[in-house]
Amino acid sequence: MAPKLPPHHPVQQSSTVSGAGQAAAHAAPRGLMRWLLTTNHKEIGSLYLIFSLSMFFIGGIFALVVRAELFQPGLQLVNPEFFNQMTTMHGLIMVFAAVMPAFTGLANWMIPLQIGAPDMALPRLNNFSFWLLPVAFTLLLSTLLMPGGGPNFGWTFYAPLSTTYAPPSTTFFILSLHIAGISSILGAINIIATILNMRAPGMRLMDMPLFCWTWLITAFLLIAVMPVLAGVITMMLMDINFGTHFFNAAGGGDPVLFQHLFWFFGHPEVYIMILPAFGIVSAIIPTFARKPLFGYASMVYATAAIAILSFLVWAHHMFVVGLPLAAELFFMYTTMIIAVPTGVKVFNWITTLFRGSITFEPPMLFALAFVVLFTIGGFSGLMLAIAPADFQYHDTYFVVAHFHYVLVPGAVFAIMAGGYYWLPKWTGHYPNVKLAQWHFWLSVIGVNLTFFPMHFAGLAGMPRRIPDYALQFADFNLVSSLGAFMFGASQLVFVAVVILCVRGGERAPAKAWEGATDLEWTVPSPAPLHTFETPPTFRPQAH
Amino acid sequence: MSGGSYYVPATSKWPILGSLALGLMMVGTGMVLVYDRGTLLMVVGILSVLAVMALWFRDVVRESRQGLYDAQMDRSFRQGMGWFIFSEVMFFGAFFAALFYIRTFALPWLDGEGAKGVAALLWPDFVASWPLMSPPDPAVVGPEQTFSPWQLPLVNTLILVGSSITLTVAHEGLKEGERATTRNWLAATLVLAVSFIIIQGVEYYEAYAHYGITLEAGIYGATFFLLTGFHGVHVIIGASILAVMLVRVLRGHFARDNHFGFEAACWYWHFVDVVWVGLFLFVYVF
Repeated sequence: MAPKLPPHHPVQQSSTVSGAGQAAAHAAPRGLMRWLLTTNHKEIGSLYLIFSLSMFFIGGIFALVVRAELFQPGLQLVNPEFFNQMTTMHGLIMVFAAVMPAFTGLANWMIPLQIGAPDMALPRLNNFSFWLLPVAFTLLLSTLLMPGGGPNFGWTFYAPLSTTYAPPSTTFFILSLHIAGISSILGAINIIATILNMRAPGMRLMDMPLFCWTWLITAFLLIAVMPVLAGVITMMLMDINFGTHFFNAAGGGDPVLFQHLFWFFGHPEVYIMILPAFGIVSAIIPTFARKPLFGYASMVYATAAIAILSFLVWAHHMFVVGLPLAAELFFMYTTMIIAVPTGVKVFNWITTLFRGSITFEPPMLFALAFVVLFTIGGFSGLMLAIAPADFQYHDTYFVVAHFHYVLVPGAVFAIMAGGYYWLPKWTGHYPNVKLAQWHFWLSVIGVNLTFFPMHFAGLAGMPRRIPDYALQFADFNLVSSLGAFMFGASQLVFVAVVILCVRGGERAPAKAWEGATDLEWTVPSPAPLHTFETPPTFRPQAH
Repeated sequence: MSGGSYYVPATSKWPILGSLALGLMMVGTGMVLVYDRGTLLMVVGILSVLAVMALWFRDVVRESRQGLYDAQMDRSFRQGMGWFIFSEVMFFGAFFAALFYIRTFALPWLDGEGAKGVAALLWPDFVASWPLMSPPDPAVVGPEQTFSPWQLPLVNTLILVGSSITLTVAHEGLKEGERATTRNWLAATLVLAVSFIIIQGVEYYEAYAHYGITLEAGIYGATFFLLTGFHGVHVIIGASILAVMLVRVLRGHFARDNHFGFEAACWYWHFVDVVWVGLFLFVYVF
C-alpha cells in the first residue's frame, strides 16, 4: 500500500504538541466561540459543572412545587396533572441533568490532572458530549409547554403509563433522552480511553487516585447500560407511534418486560450516581485525616464488586409486580450481598479517620456528613431489599426517603465536597470558610428535616407520587416541606461561595491542602489552561 | 502509556454543529411523529447530521494522513471503537433479552402456566405458541404465516458470513501490501453487503404483502421488525463505512502497518455479522 503521502488539503489549525509552550500555537477562539468550540478538558469540565448547577436549581424548583403542594393535606396550589409532571421532571432533571453531568464535569477537570495527562483522550468528542446536553434538556424542558403537558408518569416512565396513557409530548421526551444517552456513552468512552491510555509514565492502575478508579468502573457501567435504556425507549417509541405491542399484553407483549429492561439500566444507573462520590470521599477523608487511605486495594475491589453485582439485582425494584418466588429470593439475596462491599468502603473510611489528625475544613464537613447520611440511606436500602418487607414499603414515602438519602446527602454532598476540595485548584482561591460552614450546616439540617420524616410517613403507609394525603401524615409533611425550602434556599449560599471564590479570596498555593498527595496538587493553583504537556515523573506511593 | 509527547487536537466546529444538527433531527422527527408535519425539518436535520459526520471524519482522515496522530492517539481510537462496539452489543442485547423474555416467560404465563398463570384470566382462550400467530386479544391480527429460515434467511446468512470472509481476505491483503487484492476483495464484500440489503428489502416487501407480518401483527411482528430492522440499519451503516474504505483504498490512504480506519470498519462489520447469526438462529430458526 501507499505509504503516508503529503496531504492534499493541509488542515491549518492542527499541530502536535511535543513540548511545553507549543500549545499556545493554537489560535484559540475568543468570546462565545471559545466555549462553543473548546476542546480543553478544564473548560469543558467547567461547562459541565455550570450546566449541572443550573439544572440542579431547575430540578430543585420542581421539587419545591411538589413540597409546596404537600405542605398541607388537600389540593391547594397545582392540579394533580401538573403535580405529576413536576415529580417526573424533578426526577429526570436531577438524575440525568444535574447529578450525572456534575460527576462528568469533575471527571473532566480532575482525571487528566490526577493521572498526569495533558487532556482527555478524545477532546473533540468531549466537546460533543457536553454540547449534546443543553440540546437534550432544552428539548426535555420544552415538553412542559406542549399540548397535553410534559411527562407525567414518574421518572421511571413505566409502560403503559408512558405508552398507552401518555401525553403526546412523550415522543419528544424519548428523543431527548436518546440525545442525553449518546452524550453519556461518548463521555464514558472518552473517560475509559483517557484512564487506560493517558496515564503518566510509571503510573500503574493500582497507583491511581480512587476517583479515577471509581470513574473507570462507572464509565464501564455507563457503556453497558445506557444502550439498554436506548433500546427500551426505542421500544416505547414504537409502541406509541408504530402500533407495536412490546408492552401491551393484548398483542402478546408484557408491561413487566418494560420494568425488567428499565431496571436493568436503572439499577446500575444508581451506582453510576454513587461510585464517583465514593471516589471523591476517598480523596477528601485521607487528606483531612492526614493519613493514607486505609485499604486502598480493598476499595478498588469493593467498587468493582458493587459494579458487577449491580447487574444482578434489578428486580428488587419489582418485588410487588408479581415475580415468581425464585426470582424474589434471588434478587433479595443478591441485593443484600451488595451491603458487603459497601460496608467494606464505610469501614475503610472510618478506619482512615481512626487516630488521624483530623481538621474540619468545608470539604471534610461534607465528606463526613456523606459517610454518616449515606450509610443511613444504605441501611434503609437493606430494609427495602427484604422482599416480604418491601411488600409493605413499596411505593411509599419510605422509598422516597431511602433514595433521597443516598442521592442528596450521598451523591450531591459528595459533589459539593468535591467542589470545595478542588475550588482552590480551579480558581486559585480558597472558598470563604464562614459562608461554607453556613452552607454546610443549613444543608445538613435542611436535608434531614426534609427526608427523615418521610421514613415515618412511608412506614405508616403514605403513598408516593400523590398530591394529597390522609390527615395523619400532615405533621410529617409539614416538617418535610419546611426542610425542603430550607435546603433549597441554602444552596443559594453555595452559589455565593462559588462566585466569591472565582472572584477572589485567600490565595491558594499549588498544594492547597496540607494532607493532599495526588498529582493535581503539583500543578499551580489556579491550574493553567494547559497542564502536563510533557508527562510528569510519577513516583508511586505505598498505598 | 505515553512516550515523550502528546497530541492535542485543535478546536473544531463539527462537535457543536453536530449537537445542533442532532437536536434539529430529533425535533423534526418528533414533529413528524406527533403532529404529522415538519417533514422538511426532519429531512434537513438528518442531512445535517450526515453532513457533519462526513466533514468531521474528513478532518480526522486528513489529520491522520498528515501524520499528526501518534501511537497514543492510535490506541485511543482503538479503545474508543472497541467500547463503542461494546455499547452496540448491549443495545442489541436489550432486544434479544426482550425476545427471550417474551418467549420464555410472558407468553406461557398469559396461557396460564406457572406461578403467574393468573394472567390467563385476561384472555382465557389464549394459547401460547411461537411464532405467535394468534395474539391474545382478537382485535390484534397476527401474522398469516412466517418465513422458512431455509430460503431467503439462509441465503442472507451465507452472504453475510461470506462477506466477513472476503473482508478478512481484503484485510490480509492490506497487511501484505497487495493493493489489488485489498481492492478486489473489499469490492466483493461491498457487493455482498448490498445484496444482503436488497434481499432483506425483498423479504420486508414479502412480509407486508404476502405473509401478514407487520409491525402491528402482535409481538411476533414487533420483535421481528425490531431485531431485523435495527440490524438492517447497522448493515447499511457498515456498508457505507466499507464504501468509504473502498474509496480510501483506491486513493492509497492506507499503509501496511497503519490503517486503523480500515481495521475499525472490519471490527464493525464482523460485529454486524455476529448479530445476524444470532438473529438467524433465534428469530428465524428456533
